[in-house]
Amino acid sequence: MASLELTVNGDRLGLEIDVRTTLLDLLREHLDLTGSKKGCDHGQCGACTVLIDGRRAKACLVLAITLDGAEVTTIEGLADNGQLHALQAAFIEHDAFQCGYCTPGQICSAVGMLAEARAGLPSYVTEDLLAAPDPADEHEIRERMSGNLCRCAAYVNIVAAIAEVASGAIAEDAE
Amino acid sequence: MRPFSYERAADVSGAISSAAMPGAMFLAGGTNLVDLMKLEVARPDKLIDISRLPLSQIEELPGGGLRVGATVRNSDLAAHEAVRRGYPVLAQALLAGASGQIRNVATIGGNLLQRSRCPYFQDVSKPCNKRRPGSGCPARDGEHRNLAIFGHSKHCVATHPSDMAVALAALEAGVDVVGAGGSRTLPIGELYRLPGEDPELDTTVEPGELITAVQLDRQASGARSAYRKVRERASFAFALVSVAAIVRTEEGVVRDARIALGGVAHGPWRALLAEEALRDQPSTEDTFNHAAEAELAEALPLRDNGFKVTLARNAISRTLSEVCA
Repeated sequence: MASLELTVNGDRLGLEIDVRTTLLDLLREHLDLTGSKKGCDHGQCGACTVLIDGRRAKACLVLAITLDGAEVTTIEGLADNGQLHALQAAFIEHDAFQCGYCTPGQICSAVGMLAEARAGLPSYVTEDLLAAPDPADEHEIRERMSGNLCRCAAYVNIVAAIAEVASGAIAEDAE
Repeated sequence: MRPFSYERAADVSGAISSAAMPGAMFLAGGTNLVDLMKLEVARPDKLIDISRLPLSQIEELPGGGLRVGATVRNSDLAAHEAVRRGYPVLAQALLAGASGQIRNVATIGGNLLQRSRCPYFQDVSKPCNKRRPGSGCPARDGEHRNLAIFGHSKHCVATHPSDMAVALAALEAGVDVVGAGGSRTLPIGELYRLPGEDPELDTTVEPGELITAVQLDRQASGARSAYRKVRERASFAFALVSVAAIVRTEEGVVRDARIALGGVAHGPWRALLAEEALRDQPSTEDTFNHAAEAELAEALPLRDNGFKVTLARNAISRTLSEVCA
């Protein structure tokens, strides 16, 4: 067992854990935050995507002990005083899910992805590596979100929901 | 996952002395190692966490060139202005690899040392000479559609999965390695090895040695570069074949070309025959096709991966056309 300090959705926690515990298992099994989903547990599906120090990551591939002092935001931490995050609202508005299993990971990934695109980070489909990419461009969204699979194939509506937020059509109060 | 002890290294020398014990492994981003530990392909007794060592800087060197610390995250290197401007082939290769979430965590040193995705290597219920030396290679006569067409041996037909390493091979990067016996800089061409009779060794990095940085020389002015990746889906898949090409032409004549291939061998495959066939030739599609064919004439496809020969030939030719357009 080893001790770990972690801030999760704004709460600072002191924890005693087995060093084998992944961040995903810590969230789900120890902290009862079951929004982050275990799909493949091998980094291939994206259902466990959370934000670590503001950047999206796959919680199943990170040993929690390595995160001592970090801040983690999960799907449970995105709403602000009961007000849904703009991406949560857009996913509902666009019916961007069917079974809903991949949705928390999709939304956390989209939050991180839009921050990356707005900061000007290029993607593999960005034509000019030195120009600012368009975060609302459909090809950019599809490429940047490729780490999140949806077995119901709700991709068309997922892309539409993200594009609407990316284009600024919905205010992002919760960010 | 099997039990292990965990310690966070305070400095590079501490990490290296701690790694002297058999069964110790370095942990950086963990995107490959943690997965392999779940699969019990990797079974370390001790993990030495190097992710907080002061190796996360990207330095622009006085004479041009770049030194990239081993724990720089893949996404940070791809986003760096000097890389986007001076080494576009590297930015593109990094962005072609894995997914956004993984690139945010995976490090440069870890990317270089990631293990093969050969299905037999990843399945502990199967024999595999890379995982258990001497147990055999079921891939040779089994599922090898995505495995090597160059440089394989009867003991191993695995491929190396990195995109970044392919670009670094074309860039002729240097890799700084530190161990108990001191430090050295390896040309990347000497980092990776062919499987031969001991495929359990992916690289020439010795147990207990730590990669601390990657060095890039300043690129010749006028050189243009590109990375092209062919895969089974549009994104978030390993390469069937990939091409990194850096070409300098003068008045329609190729003066210098450096080409490396991914997805075809035990490490990045430097296409020296293609490079030779391009030198001092007119920059035309005929030249590009001829160069690609010269390289692929030496390919040794397995029963089910002959399609990679055609794919690699076309990918080389197309990439050269794009770079020289």
